[in-house]
Amino acid sequence: MQAANDLGSKLILVCCGTGCLANGSMEVYQSLKKQLTDSEVTVKTFTKPTGCNGWCEKGPLVKIMPDDITYCQVKASDVPAIVEKTIKNGELLDRLLYRDPQTKKRVKSHHQIDFYKKQHKLALRNIGEIDPASIDDYVARDGYKALAKALQEMTPTGVVEEILAAGLRGRGGGGFPTGIKWRAAAEQAARPKYVICNGDEGDPGAFMDRSIMEGDPHTVVEGMIICAYAIGATRGFIYVRDEYSLAVTNLGIAIDSARRHGYLGNNILGSQLCFDIEIVRGGGAFVCGEETALMASIEGNVGEPRDKYVFPTEKGLWGQPTIINNVETWANVPVIINNGAEQFAALGTAGSKGTKVFSLVGKVVNTGLVEVPMGTTLRDIIFTIGGGIPGGRSFKAVQTGGPSGGCIPESRLDLQVDFDSLLEAGSMMGSGGIIVMDDRTCMVEIARYYVNFLAGESCGKCTPCREGIKALLDTLTAICHGQGREEDLLYLEEISQTMQDASLCALGRTAANPVLSTLRYFKAEYLTHIRDHRCPAGICRELTEFEIDPAACTGCGLCTKNCPVDAISGEKKLAHIIDQNKCIRCGECINHCRFNAVLVR
Amino acid sequence: MPAEIKTEPNEKLLLSIINNYPGEKRYILSIMQDMQKQFNYLPRQGLEMIALHVASPFSQVYSMATFYKAFSLVPKGRINFKVCDGTACHIKGSNVIIDQIYQHLGIKPGETTPDGEFSLETVNCIGACALAPAVLANDRVYPKVTSAGIVEIIKSYGGHADASSK
Repeated sequence: MQAANDLGSKLILVCCGTGCLANGSMEVYQSLKKQLTDSEVTVKTFTKPTGCNGWCEKGPLVKIMPDDITYCQVKASDVPAIVEKTIKNGELLDRLLYRDPQTKKRVKSHHQIDFYKKQHKLALRNIGEIDPASIDDYVARDGYKALAKALQEMTPTGVVEEILAAGLRGRGGGGFPTGIKWRAAAEQAARPKYVICNGDEGDPGAFMDRSIMEGDPHTVVEGMIICAYAIGATRGFIYVRDEYSLAVTNLGIAIDSARRHGYLGNNILGSQLCFDIEIVRGGGAFVCGEETALMASIEGNVGEPRDKYVFPTEKGLWGQPTIINNVETWANVPVIINNGAEQFAALGTAGSKGTKVFSLVGKVVNTGLVEVPMGTTLRDIIFTIGGGIPGGRSFKAVQTGGPSGGCIPESRLDLQVDFDSLLEAGSMMGSGGIIVMDDRTCMVEIARYYVNFLAGESCGKCTPCREGIKALLDTLTAICHGQGREEDLLYLEEISQTMQDASLCALGRTAANPVLSTLRYFKAEYLTHIRDHRCPAGICRELTEFEIDPAACTGCGLCTKNCPVDAISGEKKLAHIIDQNKCIRCGECINHCRFNAVLVR
Repeated sequence: MPAEIKTEPNEKLLLSIINNYPGEKRYILSIMQDMQKQFNYLPRQGLEMIALHVASPFSQVYSMATFYKAFSLVPKGRINFKVCDGTACHIKGSNVIIDQIYQHLGIKPGETTPDGEFSLETVNCIGACALAPAVLANDRVYPKVTSAGIVEIIKSYGGHADASSK
C-alpha cells in the first residue's frame, strides 16, 4: 500500500463492515475525508473504508497507522477532535481508546487487547487492513502472488498435492478434505469443468463468509483461479446471498479489476490458463447451502438437493465435473500456496489443520468475528477472547454449527475445538457460528427455535425430513406451552433417529442435533417444563411468572421505567411489585435489574 | 402524507427488466430478483412474461417464485419491518419485538396492515449480531431494540397514533 510506505504520511482505516455501518461508520468516513481536505493538514493522509475488523461490539472502529492507534465507538461528532488533536498534533484522545475492564487502563492499539492477542489471522489476514475495492491494496499484501507461483513454478498436480499436504478441510460445515475433492475432479477427463464458491451463508448467527466476501473479495477470486489451474476448469461461479448486497458489489468490483489486470480471462498471466468467474445471486433458501441444491439453483431450478451417489467432482453443475468450496476455504488457498503446506499444517490439531473463523455472538461481552488456530478451547474463545458473559449472569451453554449443530454445556468448556471433537460432543463445526447462552436462555425453547427454523427451510422433497421436523416442532412447542408429557421425550428421540437414518441430504440428517444435544445435556430442564410447569430461564411465556424479591429490591425504579406495559409499581426506594395481570413476560425488568431482585417463579 | 410513490408494474417496465438477461432458464432467479427490488413483490404478469422469455412452463417460474424466500407474491407495505430472528437476536428477545408489533399494528410475520402502510416479516440473520436484537425498517437498521423501543420506532413511522403524520 502506497500510504504505509509513504514516509511521514498517515493511513486512516475506517471499519465499514455491516456492524459498524449500522452504527454510522459511513458518516464517520465521509466526515473524515471532508475535514481532512477542508482543514489545513500538513501531514499527508489516506483515508480508506475497510471490511469488518471483527470487533463489532466496539464499532465503529477507526485505526490510524503507522501510529497504531485504535479508536472505538467513534461518532461523526468525534471527527473534528481526531483531525485536530491526533492527526495534526499526534495527541491521543483518551476517551476514544478502549478501556481494559480488568486494569481500568486505556489501551492505545487493538494489538494489545485480549480480543486480538489470541487470534491468528489467515483467512481474515487482509480484512480491516485494505480497501476491498482496491486491487492494488490486495496486491501490496502479497495478493495474486500465489497465483503467479502456481502458474509459473508448479504443475497442476503439484498444486493439488500441496493442498492435500496442508490438510485443509472444507470450512462450510462438512469438513471434507479439500485436496481429495480437487484430486478427484482433476482426474476426470470430461470437459468443461466448473469451480463454484459457496457464499450462500445461511446459518443464523454466522457472518464470517459475508465478512470475507465484503472485506477481501480478491482472496476468494484468487483461490478459485488456482483451483481452476489445478483441475483444468474454464468457468467459475460465485453463489452469494442476494441479501449480502455489499458482498455482491465488492465481488463484482474484484472480478472486473481482476479481468483488467489479466488475472481472469484468456491466457492468464501469459499462461495457457483461460478462466472466468460470474456471480449468481441466491434467492434466500437455506437448503441452497447444500451443494447439490446450490447447483440446481445455478442451473435455474428450484433449489432441491439430490442424493449424492455420484459426487459433484464427477457429475456436478450441468452434469460436468465440479469443485464447490466454501468462501473461507477459498480464502485459505492462496495462503497455503504462498507459505507452503508445511507451515499451514503446523497450526491446529492432528485431524484439523490451520485456523477457523468463528462468529462469536449471543450473551458474550465481545461480540464479533474471531480467527483462532484449530484446537483452541471453547473456554479461551468465550472467556479470554470473548470477555465472558455480560451483566454478571452465568454461562449455561454454547451452541455451535448452526441449525445442524448442538448445544454444549459448561462441563465441556475445555473442549479443544476442531471438526472431530465437536462431532464427538454431539455438535458440529458447521460454518463456525458460536452462540453463547446464559441462564436466561431456555434450552427447550432454543431447540424449538432451530427446529422451527428448519421447518421453514426444509425443501419438502423427502418424507423423513419434511414430516419428522413437523413432528419435532409440534412436540417441542407443546412442551414450551406447558402441555408436554414425559413420554414425549422418548418420542423426540425416536423421530430424531429416523431422520438421521433416512433423510436425503445433510439438512434432514442433522436437523435433530439441537434436540438430541439439549436432551443429552439439559434433560432436567425439559422435565421441569413437563412436571413442574416451570421454565427456569423465564422464556416460555405460559410457564413463567416474574416476581420481585422485596429483600433485594432497592426501589431504584429502573424496571418500572423499562416496562412497556406499566405493570410494575412501587414507591421510590421501597420494594416494587409486578402486576401479574398486566405483565406480558417480556423480561425487560429482569434484563435491566442491577440487583438481581427480579426472580423467575 | 409523504408516502413514497410505488412504481406500478407495467409491461414496458417489466420488459426492460427481463430484457437485461438472455432468454435462458438459468437467469430466471436473477430476473425475479430485479423485479422484486423494483416493485417489492412479483406481479403475476411479470412471472408470465419471464416464462415466455426463457421458454419454460409458467409452473416452473411459479415454483421458483414460491420456493425462494426472497420473493413475495403480494405487495409489501410502505414500511416493511424485518425483525431479525437469527439466533443471536432470538436469544436476546426478538420474539418480544414481534409480539409488540402485533399488539400495536395487528400484523403477524408475513402480513400487511389493511391500509398498506406496514408489513412485517422475520429474517434469518442479517449478520449484525453485535447489534442484537436488530430490526430493519425498509433499509434502515435499528440496533439493540427493546420492547419499549419498538413502540417508539412504530410511532416514528406514523403507526399506532395517527397514520396521517409521519
